[in-house]
Amino acid sequence: MQTATTIVLLFVLLIVIALIASGVGPYPIAPLTVLDVLTHRLFGTSADTTLSTVLFNIRLPRVVAAGLVGAALAAAGAAYQSLFRNPLVSPDILGVSTGAGLGAVIGILLGLPVLIIQLFGFAGGLATVMIVVALARMLRGSGDVLVLVLAGIVVGALAGAAISLVKVLADPYDQLPAITFWLLGSLAGVKANDVAATVPVVLIGLAPLVLLRWRIGVLSLGDDEARALGVNVERVRAIVIAAATLVTASVVAISGVIGWVGLMIPHMARILTGPRFDRLLLASIPLGAAFMIAVDTLARSGARIEIPLGVLTAAIGGPLFVWLLARSRKRLVP
Amino acid sequence: MIHAIKRISLALFVSLCIASILSAAPARARTVTDSAGRQVDVPDTISRVFTAGPPASTLLYMLAPQKMIGWVRTPHNAEKPFLLPSVRELPELGRLTGRGDTLNLERLLAAKPDIIIDFGTLNDTYRSLADRVQAQTGIPYLLIDGRFQNTPAALRLLADVLGVKARGEELAHAAEQTFARVDRTIAGIPADKRPRVYLARGPEGLESGSRGSINTEIIERVGGINVVEGLREKGGIVNVSPEQVIAWAPDTIITLDHRFQKTVHRKAEWKPIPAVASNRIFVAPNLPYGFIDSPPSVNRLAGLTWLLYKLYPDKTQGNLRDDIRAFYHLFYQVDLTDAELNTLLDGPGG
Repeated sequence: MQTATTIVLLFVLLIVIALIASGVGPYPIAPLTVLDVLTHRLFGTSADTTLSTVLFNIRLPRVVAAGLVGAALAAAGAAYQSLFRNPLVSPDILGVSTGAGLGAVIGILLGLPVLIIQLFGFAGGLATVMIVVALARMLRGSGDVLVLVLAGIVVGALAGAAISLVKVLADPYDQLPAITFWLLGSLAGVKANDVAATVPVVLIGLAPLVLLRWRIGVLSLGDDEARALGVNVERVRAIVIAAATLVTASVVAISGVIGWVGLMIPHMARILTGPRFDRLLLASIPLGAAFMIAVDTLARSGARIEIPLGVLTAAIGGPLFVWLLARSRKRLVP
Repeated sequence: MIHAIKRISLALFVSLCIASILSAAPARARTVTDSAGRQVDVPDTISRVFTAGPPASTLLYMLAPQKMIGWVRTPHNAEKPFLLPSVRELPELGRLTGRGDTLNLERLLAAKPDIIIDFGTLNDTYRSLADRVQAQTGIPYLLIDGRFQNTPAALRLLADVLGVKARGEELAHAAEQTFARVDRTIAGIPADKRPRVYLARGPEGLESGSRGSINTEIIERVGGINVVEGLREKGGIVNVSPEQVIAWAPDTIITLDHRFQKTVHRKAEWKPIPAVASNRIFVAPNLPYGFIDSPPSVNRLAGLTWLLYKLYPDKTQGNLRDDIRAFYHLFYQVDLTDAELNTLLDGPGG
């Protein structure tokens, strides 16, 4: 199948899944009623207030947020995998999620408003990666990918230890559950405002990845080859790190920490489109969004209580990843 | 000019928002000021109440069990005899804690509560959470100060909102009497004669709550000295070493675990501790709710009475069993059999 067709089909799949997800949830709404409420809203006439509250204040923001989270994490994962020329890399390779987690739990510990907690999360993620990059540059110039990854591991571990310290200091009845749930990831409290604030940041982060997709792809050939082809390796690498960090930190700020998506979705996309980065990125975005919307629908409808997203993505992602590895074994092992 | 347009559109937007909130809400009868100072419009008659966490659940159960629509966590079988039959089988709805939580807002709406209440810490996180959930669902959300000392006021506030003023007054009065009794008992005891208490949590008894923590608030309220010095103003759960417990030399140990009480004498590292040598180790009852905390709610009033008998046996007049029976009759609305009282105070099979 033509790659372009595949990508178009993935976007169609995304729209279908988003529509289905809008109709599914613990508050029962008949499919026709969804359309009814939507048209009422469009023409400005009033409909059942509880129904429209559920749809517009709770369910649709969640569906959009899930799509954003999936798209951002998948795109960041694909970019990092290409940049580090390593298929086991996820968006958290430089410690973004852990840093965002630390920022958020400090916010919870200080008893700050929810919006400020989200900003703390965002700032924590960005700050962590900045420290990592600075540390790598100090140690051995900015060019060495290995030093960058090692610095990421070290700073990420430190942030993880700091999170544990915050947990110890937190109030066990109010703050500790809040921290635990935050670190497991959830979209249960997402509001339309959160989505509206996150969309532009994610778009700003995704834009350079999409625009530079050819040059990023060339990077995966190796630095010398990329230079020979006229790519400014250092600059492209810096842009990829900045863009991927920005999108990851912004979605982690509204969803909490969600693992596996950024690692697994690029692998699924690779099966559909092959390893070329430009195609891989364009396929990862709708695939990640569709996957996350499906998983979040399960999280809010699967049981009487919310199932944490991080738990679901690990439960689904782990086995799926093993299957993907088994499938592609021939390609990974020469 | 551009400034003016911006301002006008902002004003339009705000009034649109207000209009949509007003039109979405059914007729509200009155405005209540909650403990956080928020003005909340509540309906005249409230028959379905959703609670955000275990402390609020307990408070609501004691005031108006008929208005409960579910539990944060389903009661265990061992806890059920200590609760009214009408509420034992209510569904588990999850909790609202902040950023991520186990509660689904759609399910919250599907449960059709008239009001949401939270009883516990008041800070900006919980304030903004309440505002968000209220704006998102259109359901009034009331925050009630959960400090132990505030118990009578909390009972009165919620009783007033729920329209069960007489019941609230009765319980608040009983709470005030319990506090007054404690104050009378400990009034004449100088600081150096007060019991030095260690709260032994966890399987090895090496987790505790430092001074000022919500877990040990009740020990300090009953005049005990928590030997675990505060790490900060508002302490939390801490891990300690046996060596440190020996150094603190508590004369009383309160534990939440029967096994700990039974096995502590066999552990060499606990032998030098005065409380172990004199066998002053008390297991806090926990049916249906803990006497010391878990959850830190109105149930701690029973713990206060219990501690009074345990810590000051010479200075307390009355009978612990009668007092606890009366507390359960009044607050939980259950009459305990002798067997149930034994299970409660002495543990299963005790």
